[in-house]
Amino acid sequence: MQLSLVGVAHAYGDADVLTDITLDIPGGRILCIVGPSGCGKSTLLRLIGGLERPTRGQILQMGRAPEGCLNPLTYVFQDFALLPWRSVAGNVRLVLEDHGLPGAEARRIVTDVLARTRLSDFADALPRQLSGGMKQRVAIARALAVNPAVMLMDEPLSALDSQTRELLMDDLVALWTRAPFTSVYVTHNLAEAVRLGHRIVVLSRRPGRIAEMVDIDIPLAERTADHPDLARQQQHLWSIMRDEARAADSELVDG
Amino acid sequence: MAEQGTPVPFRGGGFAPRAKRGVGVVVFIALIALVEWGTRSGWISSLTLPRPSDVLATFGELWSSGRLWEHLAPSLTRFAVGSLFGVCAGIGVGFAIGLFSYARAGLVPLVAALFPIPKIALLPLFVIWFGIDEASKYALIAFGTFTPTVVATYGAVDNVDRTLIRMGQSFGLSWWSIVRKIVLPGAMPGILSGLRISLAIAIILLVAAEMLGAQRGIGAYILEAGSLYDLERLFAGVTILSLLGVAVSFAIGAIEKRLLRWRN
Repeated sequence: MQLSLVGVAHAYGDADVLTDITLDIPGGRILCIVGPSGCGKSTLLRLIGGLERPTRGQILQMGRAPEGCLNPLTYVFQDFALLPWRSVAGNVRLVLEDHGLPGAEARRIVTDVLARTRLSDFADALPRQLSGGMKQRVAIARALAVNPAVMLMDEPLSALDSQTRELLMDDLVALWTRAPFTSVYVTHNLAEAVRLGHRIVVLSRRPGRIAEMVDIDIPLAERTADHPDLARQQQHLWSIMRDEARAADSELVDG
Repeated sequence: MAEQGTPVPFRGGGFAPRAKRGVGVVVFIALIALVEWGTRSGWISSLTLPRPSDVLATFGELWSSGRLWEHLAPSLTRFAVGSLFGVCAGIGVGFAIGLFSYARAGLVPLVAALFPIPKIALLPLFVIWFGIDEASKYALIAFGTFTPTVVATYGAVDNVDRTLIRMGQSFGLSWWSIVRKIVLPGAMPGILSGLRISLAIAIILLVAAEMLGAQRGIGAYILEAGSLYDLERLFAGVTILSLLGVAVSFAIGAIEKRLLRWRN
């Protein structure tokens, strides 16, 4: 399944947040959206997943969601959004409960996704007992459980320390390499973008518009933190973003 | 030459009260012992305070004669029935206010108008509406617990983490599932702490209701003792209320421990 954005614009009251975003999200690839803070990239992600309605323009699903997909557009949130009163397995089960799956099937899915995210030993733990990295792995397991057509990831690693971030990036690469998924990955971190993105979209500062689109052809598995091409790409992206980021930084939040 | 060092003065600590076992009991015992000693030695006159040992004797007599249960049973029934109605209605209305714009717009001012009314002042009205029997007492207690429960519940619903609700929506959970599995458990801490206040108010109103038109009940017992200036019985009655309050608080604490195990 592919997504297509046509002339999407969004405003909160009088304040334009996004203008004229036209973008195709290709299947089986990771599309990264980067931009200075407040450029509307998280808003764009909420629009794509239907959590908010765009002021203008259309967001189109091209083709049907694949068989066995319980929730085509599935989010992974920056702050994990785990229910603190449910165990790890319970948090994953939550998103299966409304689909009327037979008990054995639901159990099989929970076991499977926990194994894929290396959480099998922590099925009965409560979120408060987990580190940030493990919490985000639970959120990823939960997203995988509904077999999404598109994963919408909103700064999924931004609440984590840099070491955990590295580990989780490796996890994401491994998951994608095993079974390529379509993803829109919003981040302000350019290193993450060049590590995970097949295509990187740079948004300008508010009101966000597409400033540049960069494709990176190096396979994900071959990308390392010190890859020279990636370093060059990252430098290039930063040169595009630097002035925007500086200007965005000196704006008043409500201005 | 190496200078003589002084240790860095410690400035942290404090501001973190911890549970100390037994201190509460010691305070109680010390106070009671002080009164006992005071009444025995004579610097507290028997008109000021009764002797604690006499209160205990009265209590024992009340117990052995079976009259304790005679007063306690109707009181507990009124407390249970009245607060059950009030709390259930309060949680229901609180959820409606927390979830629906029209309910909020229409009911919040109404609750704000009802909250400060001293419910005891309405007792004659309740007697006319519901009769002199039990129903008016249930209604008074229910009404008294209703408003604080509403306020606590809708505050608790408002405080449920919106990102969790967005998460539920993003996974396509039904509205009812979100309310049941996300809003209700998320609001539970606030509802339970509101319940502490509501039930304390229920005990106060219970006594007030029983002071007006009741033959039996702790309130009636206290009123009778008071009008005869029988301080031992008065204090025995007050002690029962106090114990009832402690028991209720303990029960809510136990529920919190069970339902809120996921916290800290």
